[in-house]
Amino acid sequence: MNVDGIREMLQNGKSVEELVHSIFDKIEHSKLNAFVTLAKESALEEARRVDKHGAKGMLGGIPIGIKDSISTKGIQTTCCSKILEGYVPPYDAHVIERLKAEGAIIIGKTNMDEFAMGTSTETSRFGPARNPWDLSRVPGGSSGGSAAAVAGGEVPLALGSDTGGSVRCPASFCGVVGLKPTYGLVSRYGLIAYANSLEQIGPFAGNVKDVALLLDVISGYDSRDSTSMTKKCEYLKELKDDVSDVKIGVPKEFFGEGIDEKVEKAVWGGIKALEDMGASYTEISLPHTKYSLAVYYIIAMSEASSNLARFDGLRYGLRLGKDKDWHTTFSEIKAQGFGEEVKRRILLGTYALSAGYYGKYYLKALKVRTLIKRDFEFALKDTNVLITPTMPFPAFKIGEKIGEPLALYLADVNTVPINLAGVPSVSVPCGFAGKLPIGMQIIGRHFDEATILRTAYVFERNGGG
Amino acid sequence: MKEVIIGLEVHVQLNKLRSKLFCSCSTQYHDSEPDTHTCPVCLGLPGALPVTNGKAVDNAIKVALALNCNIEEWTMFYRKNYYYPDLVKGFQISQYDYPIATNGSISLDMEGGERIIRIKRVHMEEDPGKLVHVGTIDKSRYSLIDYNRSGMALLEVVTEPDLRTPKEARLFLNKLKNILEYLDVFDSSLEGSLRVDANISLAGGARAEIKNISSYKGVEKALLFEIVRQNNLVRRGVKVVQETRHFDEVRGITISLRTKEGEEDYRYFPEPDLVPITIADRVDDIKKTLPELPDAKRQRFVLQYGISDNHAKVLISELGLANFFETVATEVDANLSATWVADILKGELNYRDLDISAFSPNHMVQILQVLKKDTITENGAVQVIRTILDEGGTPSEIVKIKSKDLLKMDVDASENITLRVIEENPGAFQDFCKGKNEAMHFLMGQVMKETHGTVNRSTVIELLNKSKKEKLQNAPDNHREA
Amino acid sequence: MITKKTVDHLGWLARIKLTEEEKEKFPDQLNSILDYFEKLDEVEADVSPTHHVLGLTNVFRDDVAGQSISQEDALGNAPRKERGYFKGPRII
Ligand SMILES: [Zn+2]
Repeated sequence: MNVDGIREMLQNGKSVEELVHSIFDKIEHSKLNAFVTLAKESALEEARRVDKHGAKGMLGGIPIGIKDSISTKGIQTTCCSKILEGYVPPYDAHVIERLKAEGAIIIGKTNMDEFAMGTSTETSRFGPARNPWDLSRVPGGSSGGSAAAVAGGEVPLALGSDTGGSVRCPASFCGVVGLKPTYGLVSRYGLIAYANSLEQIGPFAGNVKDVALLLDVISGYDSRDSTSMTKKCEYLKELKDDVSDVKIGVPKEFFGEGIDEKVEKAVWGGIKALEDMGASYTEISLPHTKYSLAVYYIIAMSEASSNLARFDGLRYGLRLGKDKDWHTTFSEIKAQGFGEEVKRRILLGTYALSAGYYGKYYLKALKVRTLIKRDFEFALKDTNVLITPTMPFPAFKIGEKIGEPLALYLADVNTVPINLAGVPSVSVPCGFAGKLPIGMQIIGRHFDEATILRTAYVFERNGGG
Repeated sequence: MKEVIIGLEVHVQLNKLRSKLFCSCSTQYHDSEPDTHTCPVCLGLPGALPVTNGKAVDNAIKVALALNCNIEEWTMFYRKNYYYPDLVKGFQISQYDYPIATNGSISLDMEGGERIIRIKRVHMEEDPGKLVHVGTIDKSRYSLIDYNRSGMALLEVVTEPDLRTPKEARLFLNKLKNILEYLDVFDSSLEGSLRVDANISLAGGARAEIKNISSYKGVEKALLFEIVRQNNLVRRGVKVVQETRHFDEVRGITISLRTKEGEEDYRYFPEPDLVPITIADRVDDIKKTLPELPDAKRQRFVLQYGISDNHAKVLISELGLANFFETVATEVDANLSATWVADILKGELNYRDLDISAFSPNHMVQILQVLKKDTITENGAVQVIRTILDEGGTPSEIVKIKSKDLLKMDVDASENITLRVIEENPGAFQDFCKGKNEAMHFLMGQVMKETHGTVNRSTVIELLNKSKKEKLQNAPDNHREA
Repeated sequence: MITKKTVDHLGWLARIKLTEEEKEKFPDQLNSILDYFEKLDEVEADVSPTHHVLGLTNVFRDDVAGQSISQEDALGNAPRKERGYFKGPRII
């Protein structure tokens, strides 16, 4: 299911209403648990409107799934946490306004790790989402529902959010294309924050062209986000079948210990294929990569501990039986409302920011972040893309890693440095390990989404994946 | 009695702004229903992001300049993490390292001379919502919260512990308010526009922080209460503990807000949703827009108009009053204007709890002009002012209608009445002749009573002295005996 | 080193009431993660911290009053409300 295919179906006489009905039918019978809230009424209403007045806008009549961390007016938005049970935002995120303006049809909210804290979509209060390639395996995370929904053919497009790999990891595990834009390219207004200085909303689709199209719709300046930037180009237009100017850097640190052999082989295969198509490559080094995970988790947990303070049950969300004094009331709501991983990260983040530890943890992490960012700037002077495996291994079994927090954190080793540097990165399928897809990560310069998407596009068209 | 050490943290709403600090909600919520001036940002809804109001920063710089502060090169916002039901995000966007300004001062005019109160820092932050306790804070079964105020731009002015008496604290607040109003960044008449946290200790003892005092008078009352409380503890040999206390305005007492669980740790860190602000490059432009401030105006009034420093001090205490005076002083004699505006008009306004805007400077000019022409008496002029304030009208109308009472009595009539008073009070007159001042006041009082104050004091004194001279000439022996 | 007592204090700061079981379990888990963070001690980072990758400064909004949301929308998600106010727990 892709955008061109749907447009063809609609041109051949299928109504949008029929299409949307069939999507809901499929989702309701699905084993993926990709969607957690369906927006049936509003989606069908919008479908009938498009049928009556014709498809307008860049995404007229195209169905889309939205990660449950993105605020949707009138549609329950919970970050898959019990603490936001029943919360219906009175406003739309910037990206939702853009989607609506371009005629997209919002099908519902997709499953995710609670508050985007995870790599497997197992910590959702709605239960784990499943990988369409093997139902006993995770779809990746935290935007696992969005990736599974696209891979499982439930919707052609979906939005996720990526704080340390949460779009690229599930794209890799589910065999779809997922992009983390440059920090600042897509407004975060309405994205429920996990770690503000790291995250971006990113598109998922079955192919590079649809990802570029969706990026065209959601990117660009928004005055409500102080870190929002003006975009330089339209991405779909930039997709050309030419990589002759592409100079690939292959950072050796991303092929280190713990990388599955099949993954390493598939990604090298991809790099060689691009060379055959006219690109060149050199092996390079990003020397501070080994500190990325520590830096990432300190920053993310610290920011999260503050971001998640607001869920006190007064203005929205979970409230328990009888109020006690305010301190006890808040403490019990948070105890009941947050899952274990969320509590763990809040406690650690609180610790990292507390008196006497700020310098050792948070401030130090921000300084090492500077070094990591410089590594990328330096490496991307002589190259214009970097290629690495997205994930060190293919999708693992549900329940396999959940008991060991640190082991699960280590899975993000190749995705978090990108968020620390703020550069864009796209994961494209580049082969299989058995029946499980493998993702190749293509990283670019700040605001140069055009080049990484073009590289991915050429790779996809000429026999990649 | 031990020395008292007081430091203030004054939170001032920059309520002349049109919109809040980080969202575009209107600041005009004071006469509105609760929770009608909010949006995703100031309600702290998940996903909402702050964007800084540029004018709030400019206003903060203005204040910092007026308080003689060092303006920093650049500034940034931090998150101050703590919980309270009026705080929508579980943190307050505030400043920590790199506040907008540091090391300023305010000079206070005390009886013993000038006192300089040092300002440690000035920083910006967002206001929390308003908690309404059903009953008193310690008895209430639940709280009600109105977030209309949430996100209002606040300026926190922190003093060094330089204040020594509750009265000094009050004078400091008045002076600060005065400066802020001159800068046109602050309207003190709005509810909740100023709140104070006061740190107070007796020399050598632990300090109490009294939180959230919301009136000028409250600050003085709370501090007076605290001094008595802490002195009583010391006298009974009980150690004063460091703690946070709440001032109950109604009962006029402070109560402990101590929590047993542990001490707060605000875990400040830079607000990742906002970017740093360079301020040094804005200062020169803002300096050019700074108005004349109270101290400078006071000096100028004395120099330019030749009025007394005491009058100047009263006149500059409100910008409206100072402007009123200048308008009047350009039309009629400056000293006469100063006396009538600072002493008489101001008194009449205070008595009625009115503001200078209740009286037209043109009317004042007209009144002083007829007074100068000797058409009406001073008392008559006061009557005109009172009538305008109480019933309305213009000076010329009032003079016309009430001419019988207000116009100056002819000298003959005054003389008749004075002579009658002398005749009716021989004892007092005799005392007057012996040079007793009280007797003169008594006789003057009688004349004024008879004439309803419509004669000039100087005329009466002249008549009394004339009679005295005559009497002394008639009875030289009596005089000698005396 | 995070002890049971530290966890207790962190729970208080974060206003999360932890169960006995959590208080037993978390110290080891958190310490193993903190041990991993020790890695950073080996880096000399004599550089300024990166708060924002973009290095933006001076982003402002004009002081213009815009539309607020309605009282109904503001209170729409409130679990408890009374006479247009949010209803909260007692303060002391
Ligand atoms: Zn607002």
